[in-house]
Amino acid sequence: MRLRREPNIADPDALYAALMEAHRGLDEEASRRLDAKLVLLLANHIGDEAVLREALHLARGTIPGQDKAPATD
Amino acid sequence: MTAWAPPRYAHRVQPHRGGVEEARVAIVGGGLVGLTAALDLARRGVASVLLDEDDTVSAGSRAICFSQRTLEIMGRLGIGPRFLKKGITWNRGRVFFRDREAYSFDLLPESGHEYPAFVNLQQYYAEQWLVEECEVSGLVDLRWRSRVAGVAPREDGAVLEVETPSGPYRLHAEWVLACDGVRSQVRRALDLPFTGQVFDDRFLIADVRMRADFPTERWFWFDPPFHPGQSVLLHKQPDDIWRIDFQLGRDADGEAEREPERVRARVAAMLGKAVPFDLEWVSVYTFRCRRLERFRHGRVLFLGDAAHQVSPFGARGGNGGVQDADNLGWKLAMVLRGEAPERLLDSFDAERVPAADENILHSSRATDFITPKGAACRAYRDAVLELAHDLPLARPFVNSGRLSRPAVLRGSPLNGPDEAPRAAPPGTACPDAPIRRDGQPDWLLRQFGGGFTLLAREAHPVRMEGLRVVELRDSPRPGALHDHSGLAAARLGLAPGECALLRPDQHIAARFATTAPDPILAALRKAVMA
Repeated sequence: MRLRREPNIADPDALYAALMEAHRGLDEEASRRLDAKLVLLLANHIGDEAVLREALHLARGTIPGQDKAPATD
Repeated sequence: MTAWAPPRYAHRVQPHRGGVEEARVAIVGGGLVGLTAALDLARRGVASVLLDEDDTVSAGSRAICFSQRTLEIMGRLGIGPRFLKKGITWNRGRVFFRDREAYSFDLLPESGHEYPAFVNLQQYYAEQWLVEECEVSGLVDLRWRSRVAGVAPREDGAVLEVETPSGPYRLHAEWVLACDGVRSQVRRALDLPFTGQVFDDRFLIADVRMRADFPTERWFWFDPPFHPGQSVLLHKQPDDIWRIDFQLGRDADGEAEREPERVRARVAAMLGKAVPFDLEWVSVYTFRCRRLERFRHGRVLFLGDAAHQVSPFGARGGNGGVQDADNLGWKLAMVLRGEAPERLLDSFDAERVPAADENILHSSRATDFITPKGAACRAYRDAVLELAHDLPLARPFVNSGRLSRPAVLRGSPLNGPDEAPRAAPPGTACPDAPIRRDGQPDWLLRQFGGGFTLLAREAHPVRMEGLRVVELRDSPRPGALHDHSGLAAARLGLAPGECALLRPDQHIAARFATTAPDPILAALRKAVMA
């Protein structure tokens, strides 16, 4: 499986707002911890190491294998 | 209980006839690893000269967690039961974060092994027993207060310059085993780079004697109220001694932290005022994870901390070094007897360098978790610990030291075929299992002797030169091992008619679907690089 690249959230505005709301009132440190927990929870849910590594590279702006032939799904 | 007193070993004046003394094997360093190597060689009939600059065993408890594989090796060397009798067996670990317990874990010890997952024991006991056995063997020339001041490698060995209270002398050894620790003099004399990662955090180790009713468990605190911002480890040893390990941070003053009053205050804050205690041993250290590029340099071989250094988290220093000795002993003995070519010793590199890398990897990762660098690392660490309290999904991320497992020598040039892959691939240390011999309960790992063994299930292999055949039977039969519980066959992955080739260090070299001799003999030749 590859990381999904097309939109997949029914109500993006509501999700975005929920994320902002979750950080409201938190200091820098607590915010970071919240994000870290989110990443860990979602990573565990996804559970697919290849997808997670792809997401990591995408987030870092370092996308390996991008010039390779597309993977077969 | 009276305190343990270190033994003092006498320096014996060597009768010098002038010139250079000759030895087949010289072992530099009489610590845990050097003594294990000496005893292993002695058990194989190989004499050695062991040089140690001190006249006693190690000060302080140092390595305390002896792993199952180390205990099995000590069992093979004849002193395993002493570890069981004196050592403290533990199975449970608890992790605390700030003011509450995050979770606890069980090492889930599998039943049906002679030795448990771990016992805790002061290193000096292990060394003392090894010295005793080396002396009894009559094959280890133990030379105390003998410092190696120079090493001149040659094609046919190395010449050691030895300094003693009764004067210097020169010793030419055909083979030199450098077991002289992290500050190895031999490594320096050969000017070999020892590189890797440096960790900045300082740690304080305190061995404390007290009567405390803490359970026999490994307790690890992250950021506790009594030592804010840092980590603390508490572990029990025999004789009412407890190991306490305080992380001090990067800016700590090592000298000041060693002051007994300062240490007492830290320990009292942790234990509470009501618990009286004595300080036995205190050490402040930083650590590195590094290794030599190669462990074999001609006729000089490096073992233990002289070859590789890890952080203390995970019990990988002492256990790794003992496995080095286990790996080298039989190879060197066969080379010395002319039963295997010298290149067999290259496999010490091929097998133990990856094992060291595995230890360094685990140890570095644990250290990164315990001492997070920067705000993001700390946020993740604390997120894991907070989640771990309620959510089992987060607990596998908690890393207070991944406790040492025996290295699997995958990809070793000595490994032969695996004709029936199931459990325990070639390169695995043979798992122990209960068996019966002539109706009497016994253990599988006690049945192999000192050479190569062919372990066959429900088969009667023909006699093969250089191989001892051990038959594993599903029902009692004279002269065979009765696998009454089925655990031996299951752990080794042997179906009826199959067999496994075991090396003298009890590692599985190859596995066969039948007992046809040709492939077995080919694997035997491969396992000694013949």
